[in-house]
Amino acid sequence: MIAERPLLFRTGAAFAALVLLVVALGVGAAVGETAIPLDIVAKTVANRLWQAGHAIEPIDEGIIWNYRLSRAVVAACCGSALALCGVILQSLLRNALADPYILGISAGASTGAVSVAILGIGAGALTLPAGAFLGALVAFGLVSALAVRAGRGTGAIILAGIAGSQLFNALTSFIVTKAASAEQARGIMFWLLGNLSGVRWPDVWLALPVAILGLLVCLWHARALDAFTFGTESAASLGIPVRRVYIVLIAISALMTATMVSIVGSIGFVGLVIPHAARMVVGVRHGLLLPASALIGAIFMIAADVLSRVIIPGQVLPIGVITALFGAPAFALILSQRRSAL
Amino acid sequence: MTLSANGLFWSAGGTTILSDVSLDVRPGEFLGIIGPNGSGKTSLMALIAGIRRPQRGDVLLGGKPLQAHGRREIAQRIAFVEQQAETTERITARQAVELGRTPHLGALTPWSKADDAIVDRALEEVDMAHFADRLWHTLSGGERQRLHIARALAQQSPILLLDEPTNHLDIGHQIGLLQLVREQDLTVVAALHDLNHAAMFCDRIAVMQGGRIVALGTPAKVLEPQRLHDVFGVTVDVERDGAGGCFIRYRRPDPRPPRLKLVAGEGN
Repeated sequence: MIAERPLLFRTGAAFAALVLLVVALGVGAAVGETAIPLDIVAKTVANRLWQAGHAIEPIDEGIIWNYRLSRAVVAACCGSALALCGVILQSLLRNALADPYILGISAGASTGAVSVAILGIGAGALTLPAGAFLGALVAFGLVSALAVRAGRGTGAIILAGIAGSQLFNALTSFIVTKAASAEQARGIMFWLLGNLSGVRWPDVWLALPVAILGLLVCLWHARALDAFTFGTESAASLGIPVRRVYIVLIAISALMTATMVSIVGSIGFVGLVIPHAARMVVGVRHGLLLPASALIGAIFMIAADVLSRVIIPGQVLPIGVITALFGAPAFALILSQRRSAL
Repeated sequence: MTLSANGLFWSAGGTTILSDVSLDVRPGEFLGIIGPNGSGKTSLMALIAGIRRPQRGDVLLGGKPLQAHGRREIAQRIAFVEQQAETTERITARQAVELGRTPHLGALTPWSKADDAIVDRALEEVDMAHFADRLWHTLSGGERQRLHIARALAQQSPILLLDEPTNHLDIGHQIGLLQLVREQDLTVVAALHDLNHAAMFCDRIAVMQGGRIVALGTPAKVLEPQRLHDVFGVTVDVERDGAGGCFIRYRRPDPRPPRLKLVAGEGN
């Protein structure tokens, strides 16, 4: 079987994945309104990390280091975290349509972040990401309570999620319209569609640890997630402490969603489409599916960010627009290929 | 490893499903549980498998309450095949059986050749080795059921709980599967529908009615025409073969019964 190849194979695959990721980051930093050759990107990184002292244009170095590279790293973290959330939610809820965006978790996180940023809830004690985390948890709690009342069927959680996202999006709009200044409102609306423009290094130090922690927690639970294949009762009879696994994994996906939403806004389709794409490549076993989804998600988001910067010269599109433009048709394709899955 | 239930009580939505059920499973025996639909067989199986916790009473595994064991520890001792567990994942037959090794593998334990060998053997036991690479959704109900049994065998737990394991199987596979389970060196508790299968394969039979065990003993002792009439509402002849075996022959009801007897619908 694929997931249990010898150590050598797994080390090789992990190394190849890392190389791919580094190349994607490099390309992400090189492409832009002014294209900068890859070797300049490499030299910039060498200068900044190891004081290599390569002679390059300070402007190029500044653009790459201060703007593009931080942005590419955050895009990668965001893509892999959202893809991991999608895998977790689809497996735990046994629903091919589950993802943080559709289940309203992203919308809840947005409401939480906006409440802190505009209404000042928490009186300064709550940071924006913490507000987003609370919002994400409240949204998930509400949506699952509604789904349980509606009868637990496969469709129930999705319908509840739609109701939840509508509610939280409305709340967000309400707060923004009522309390924000026109300037603030414009910025927030742009952010809500998903936007990496304001991203700098401090954002990396928030996104990167959360993405890595999320990946490690997910990998630790890879076998447990496999055991959910035939449902929760079957998982329990295979020795999985179902409630604990649920709590840990829902909490980590709320944390990942909230962190990414608080930095780049809510971005749809990544959590939904990437896991399906990864399943087509590596199969359903989580030992391989989780790292593959994280990698594909990271590369997809870097690419989406590059596109959002170059597709209309002189203008930046919200990245959520790009992910939806590519994600929606991709999802339609996947749906038509696995009709039985719903 | 002993398994016993003491005074189990279970209700759902205000309806009592099990009341005061006590049962000692003897090591190495094949214990059948029979009873009409809604008599509480499935709930009893879920409670003694530790999937649900009884509202009163307790289940003892090796003399210790089930809750005192870790979830994984229970799974290493009790394998449970529920009714009709399904998936929409594109999983292969072999991967479904591999899940049975879960309780023996930690988060960091690598999959080993020994695990592969156990899975191979389990697939062969249920006559599914030739379908190992087939995808789950391409298999028939009977083939899926045999894979569930194979998964439980791969779990290598000394106690095997089966909830109506022969549903969906043709008669050849029904008897083949019960014989296979019987031949294993396992303690087996199986909820069964077919009274003749219960008579053929069980060491003891527990009869359930209205959430209680109303009879418990060897097939020859338990399968009495009067009792089967009271519990299932059927008229039968029981033939005995002199060696302790017995066979049930069902009699067709009278063409126009004086009063139509309604049997409670599905509820398990």
